[in-house]
Amino acid sequence: MSILIYILYFFCAMLIPGVISITKAKLSGRKGPGLLQPLYDIVRLLRKGSVYSTTTSYIFQYAPTVNFAAALVALAFIPLDDIPGMLHFQGDFVFFAYLLGLGKFLLILNAMDTGSGFEGMGANREALYSMLAEPAFFIVMGSLALLSGHSSFVDIFGQFQETTQYSILLGFLGAYILGQVAMVENSRLPVDDPRTHLELTMVHEVMVLDNSGYDFGIIMATNGLKFGIYAGLLSNLMVPDWFPIGLRVGFALIVSLLFGVMVGLLESFRARNKMARNPQFILTLSAVSLLFFFTIMIIANRI
Amino acid sequence: MTNQLVLLGSMVLSPLLFLLRGQTRYWGAMVLHLAAIVASSGIALSVFNGQTWALDTGIYLLGVPIQLELDALGAFYVMVINLTMLTGSWYSGGYLKPYEATKTALELSLHRFVYFWLHLAMLIVVMVPQGTPFLFAWELMTLAAFVLVAFEWEKPESVHAAVNYLVQMHVGFIFILIGFLLIQQQGGTFSFSGIAQTKMPVQAFLMLFVGFAFKAGFMPLHTWLPHAHPAAPSHVSGVMSGVIIKMGIYGILRSLIYLPKEHWLSLGAVVLIVSIISGIMGVIYAIMQHDVKKLLAYHSIENIGIIGIGIGLGMIGYALGHPVLAALAFAGGILHILNHSLFKSLLFYSAGSVYQQTHTRYVERLGGLIKKMPYSAFLFLLGALAICGLPPFNGFISEFLIYYGSFTHIGAGDMNEALILLGVILSLALIGGLAIFCFTKVFSIVFLGSSRSDSTDHAHEVTLGMLLPQFLIGVVILAIGLFPGFFVHYVEKVSQLYLPDTSLPVTYLNTLSYVGTASGIFILLFVVLALLRNLQQRRVEVAFGPTWGCGYTGADPALHQYTATSYADNFVQLAEPILGVETHYTPFEESEIFPKTHHFDRHQHDPLEEILVDKPGMALLHYLRLSAVFQSGKLQHYLWYGLVFLVIVGIMSLLNLL
Repeated sequence: MSILIYILYFFCAMLIPGVISITKAKLSGRKGPGLLQPLYDIVRLLRKGSVYSTTTSYIFQYAPTVNFAAALVALAFIPLDDIPGMLHFQGDFVFFAYLLGLGKFLLILNAMDTGSGFEGMGANREALYSMLAEPAFFIVMGSLALLSGHSSFVDIFGQFQETTQYSILLGFLGAYILGQVAMVENSRLPVDDPRTHLELTMVHEVMVLDNSGYDFGIIMATNGLKFGIYAGLLSNLMVPDWFPIGLRVGFALIVSLLFGVMVGLLESFRARNKMARNPQFILTLSAVSLLFFFTIMIIANRI
Repeated sequence: MTNQLVLLGSMVLSPLLFLLRGQTRYWGAMVLHLAAIVASSGIALSVFNGQTWALDTGIYLLGVPIQLELDALGAFYVMVINLTMLTGSWYSGGYLKPYEATKTALELSLHRFVYFWLHLAMLIVVMVPQGTPFLFAWELMTLAAFVLVAFEWEKPESVHAAVNYLVQMHVGFIFILIGFLLIQQQGGTFSFSGIAQTKMPVQAFLMLFVGFAFKAGFMPLHTWLPHAHPAAPSHVSGVMSGVIIKMGIYGILRSLIYLPKEHWLSLGAVVLIVSIISGIMGVIYAIMQHDVKKLLAYHSIENIGIIGIGIGLGMIGYALGHPVLAALAFAGGILHILNHSLFKSLLFYSAGSVYQQTHTRYVERLGGLIKKMPYSAFLFLLGALAICGLPPFNGFISEFLIYYGSFTHIGAGDMNEALILLGVILSLALIGGLAIFCFTKVFSIVFLGSSRSDSTDHAHEVTLGMLLPQFLIGVVILAIGLFPGFFVHYVEKVSQLYLPDTSLPVTYLNTLSYVGTASGIFILLFVVLALLRNLQQRRVEVAFGPTWGCGYTGADPALHQYTATSYADNFVQLAEPILGVETHYTPFEESEIFPKTHHFDRHQHDPLEEILVDKPGMALLHYLRLSAVFQSGKLQHYLWYGLVFLVIVGIMSLLNLL
């Protein structure tokens, strides 16, 4: 069962980039690529040769692989309500968050290894933004642990809907925060704009300027996986766990694809923040998540 | 019995180091260290296996008999000390080799001799329960470290750092002494166990805590650390940061055993708050440092903070009636003592290798060293990942234990408890994120990219003798990450001194083995993917070229790299008010169409040091200078002083004042 859940999220992860680009194309009046175009791109890249900068070292060769492996393992932690992920234990979301941190650490080194000023800039911004976004995730998980009295993904999400009558409200609030965290972690608008053509204003794109061929392919795949991971978390918050299993899988699929559509919508109608405003924006997320925490304290009769 | 004899023998034979020369001196020192390590580890292991060990030496010190004894806490510390001293003395062989040419034989022999006695002093500190011998051993340890820091005494900053260390340690010593005297005066004995009997346990504990906090480097008593660690040779800074500052934690943990449990809530809050401040501020200041070893010194403060968070949370958890939370937090804090001694010594050793090869610790002059020193770079990276608390390494395990306790109990109590636990979780998350920011900076600037100056021109990989002890540490780091249950089993024996009736439930220990398994799966997956990648690379065309310069190829690529200053810049903009950053630069003029050469300089001074050490020190110096009026250098004046003194004494005795 857990393997099926993994395959479901993996499937979502591979589709979401396509959904985003279709949404954006339709909204700007273009025909747009096919749903599977990002997948074809990855496959094409995986078969290509590579060009390496002579400045780089073994870090550059293996960092994308570490990042990819981290994302693959992290995805295995995501449950679907009370069906556990392939890996689950108490406190697993701490491991999950730190594993993604490991991937990020190596990806930053990957960028710094090229000795390029532009990539340094991107790496530096990524390091700052992910540092600022980290508390928000932990506060949300801490609040849910407080509400449920449990401390693993599957235990928290397994009974989330039944714990209180306000679970739909809480689910949407939590999904909003995690969705925003996902936008920061995946380097999307309003923190970073993947469409920009100016290296000076990029964050994630400029970090991987020198990666080519296979490595670039798995970096693209990792980006997709991260969408899958967050889409999985959102599904857990939104999908009612009294549904029969088939319906839940369908619902999770819809939530994931809707997440892609939302990202596309957001990216079509919103401009990127000024770089200097990004820390403020991300810290606001932590503030909102504190509100989430206090709301849960009130609901759980702790205040 | 043999163990005691071996220990005694190594003590007696240690002066022979002064007779040895060159490599034989190194091997001689190694033999002594190994003898002490084997003997004391043997005792420690037997204590871990449930035996008791006590020894009456029959020696009296100021009328107090020296009776050695070892409990689980002492045994744990013996293992930590031995592991770090083993790698430190092993590594020192290669590190001190260049000094054979510049230092006299006496200086080198003295260094080895004192290094060995530092080892012994630390072993004695953790073995003596009575106050008087403890203070003597404590002082011996401080003095030994002082001599070791002042190794390069021809450099003024080394002497300054060493004297600074010595003065601050003695201020701390006074607090410890006052603590013991308070215990004795209020009904206890002059020892740690007196805390249990004294009428003022809180005051006594606080005095001891402040005294030991000087050694441990809790903020704001940390100001000696960022001077002493860089000034000392790297095998000494590794040991200082790895174990000497942990001796401060030892003192706190030792006092805590006897502290009555009804005071655990309030004092736990004190420990927790001080630790959170140390943890966060330590890493914030670390980001600003451009001297590798100074940066690592500030990270020691951060890690002391994490250890303290574990201890403080454990105290609070127990007081609030959550023994499992207390057990997890204590286990996390105590395991972090071992973990930090491992990765911090590893980081200091590999930073020392870089210093030996490039003769600079200033990161802005380094760069691209990974190609010249691939193994040292790998080891530094290993240490950096471990200190950031990332899986699958050991730092994650200790932080996980604290997180785990916090998340499982966040819903168990009232609002205040939930807020305390959320505070702990947030501090750990913040410290983790800042540490990642800091170590991506230092690793990238030192080892990646291209070289920034000619300092790196003659750098080579260091000798195998220097690499092997570091690889040994690396193996232990990975072992703790993959098999945490084995190590937590021993740590639990220590934490049971504090929570005698609590052991970790089996489900919690199982969780740890799942963490190890998940780490193993991750490593396995990485290896498989890396092999796949190698296979793919063999089948396709691989080309090499310069880094993509976005169309700009005018300048030297080394010049438009990111520097440590520019990497820290966006963080400085956020945290400027608390950083004490000074920026000096020549701004662009309006008429300047073609940019000329401009100057930019940013440096940071520790605001706490300025308020707590520099300003009071200067004020004291000012008044001392004023009193120098009396030192006129004329004999007549001095005779006058004598006469005045006699007259005053005469008058006072006439008035029956004396």
